[in-house]
Amino acid sequence: MCTTCGCGQGETRIDGVAEEHEHTHVHADGTVHTHRHSHGHDHEHAHQHDNEHANEHAGAYRPVVAPGHLHYGHGPAHAHAAGMSQTRMVQIEQDILAKNDAYASANRQRFAARGIHALNLVSSPGSGKTTLLVKTIAMLQGRLPLAVIEGDQQTSQDAERIRATGVPAVQINTGKGCHLDARMVGQALEQLDPPQNSLLMIENVGNLVCPAAFDLGEACKVVILSVTEGEDKPLKYPDMFRAARLMLLNKCDLLPYLSFNVTQAIDYAKRINPDLAVIQTSATSGAGMDEWVAWIETAAAETRRRACAE
Amino acid sequence: MSLAEGVLQLIEDAAQRENFARVKTIWLEIGRLSSVEPEALAFCFGAVTRGSIAEGARLEFVDVPGRGWCLQCETTVPLAEHYAECPRCGGYQVQVTGGTEMRVKELEVEE
Repeated sequence: MCTTCGCGQGETRIDGVAEEHEHTHVHADGTVHTHRHSHGHDHEHAHQHDNEHANEHAGAYRPVVAPGHLHYGHGPAHAHAAGMSQTRMVQIEQDILAKNDAYASANRQRFAARGIHALNLVSSPGSGKTTLLVKTIAMLQGRLPLAVIEGDQQTSQDAERIRATGVPAVQINTGKGCHLDARMVGQALEQLDPPQNSLLMIENVGNLVCPAAFDLGEACKVVILSVTEGEDKPLKYPDMFRAARLMLLNKCDLLPYLSFNVTQAIDYAKRINPDLAVIQTSATSGAGMDEWVAWIETAAAETRRRACAE
Repeated sequence: MSLAEGVLQLIEDAAQRENFARVKTIWLEIGRLSSVEPEALAFCFGAVTRGSIAEGARLEFVDVPGRGWCLQCETTVPLAEHYAECPRCGGYQVQVTGGTEMRVKELEVEE
């Protein structure tokens, strides 16, 4: 998890290139704050300092919002002066990920109310997620409304590739972070506002570890394993394969040139997750793409049906 | 690091609710199958709590062993890893039922 890779969440930006500078505020209550703001946009935007500071005190981080841009940059909360007296015990009994789960549940409600089918696409870097996504969009365009959230540490290249297809996309840059969290997705949704009964595809940061633990409110996770990786990836990174409902075994057009053992890879994955569905795909040759698109359409129809019923 | 920040947020929320100003000890329940490295979490926690109400607080890890339900044996069995086979029948049809916890259990605090 992130405790192992040491990622942080202080530098997240959504769809933006920004120069940051530091400045200091003095509050009415005498608290002095130094924090970073992102500037350098060629458009106007408002900062509501009171709200932002209230959030900082509560330990939350909030991006500066502008059309096409969400900038994170506010650090975690600062503490208040400590008093001294007797110790006592306080029962907490709360999951560490409770906050993320609360945001995820808000996203999920929003999806359910509007019949939006959300998929969280996870894989290691270089598995061909974006190429697969572009191909999937080409096959689904005109059949149902589409929207994409792209997660990467840096650059908006992936979102640009998606926008080139004509589908709206928002790029989240996580900065030092190694995964998307539900709050970032919630804020991206404010901008993207996917239409009713649409398919939302969220391409997570390329990482087979941390994204497994962070629920984004999606209908399900789809893990993409390319055949240029080892067949023992499911055993090495079991959390991700356990969290996913479908595994796409991608780049299958390259199998003749590799010693990748397909049966073994699927066997390992099913050992971790007996309910995992598997489709062998190649975005390049188009193999398996019909089955994958049919899988999406069936699940999206079910989400729409449930939204109508409520 | 996100997890350490999550722990700190829970503590700060509790501080507002329960009115305390300093945390001395934190008990964290971390399951064997939770994919959390206690040592790494402790290291990150030290970094994120600097200057906070939890600065210098002692972290106590409560170990939760992995447990699973073997579909073939129809019984609860101990599990060392997610993908481990059932220690009774050797099958892989085991559903994890315990050991994935990541919880803040209890705090020792000062007013």
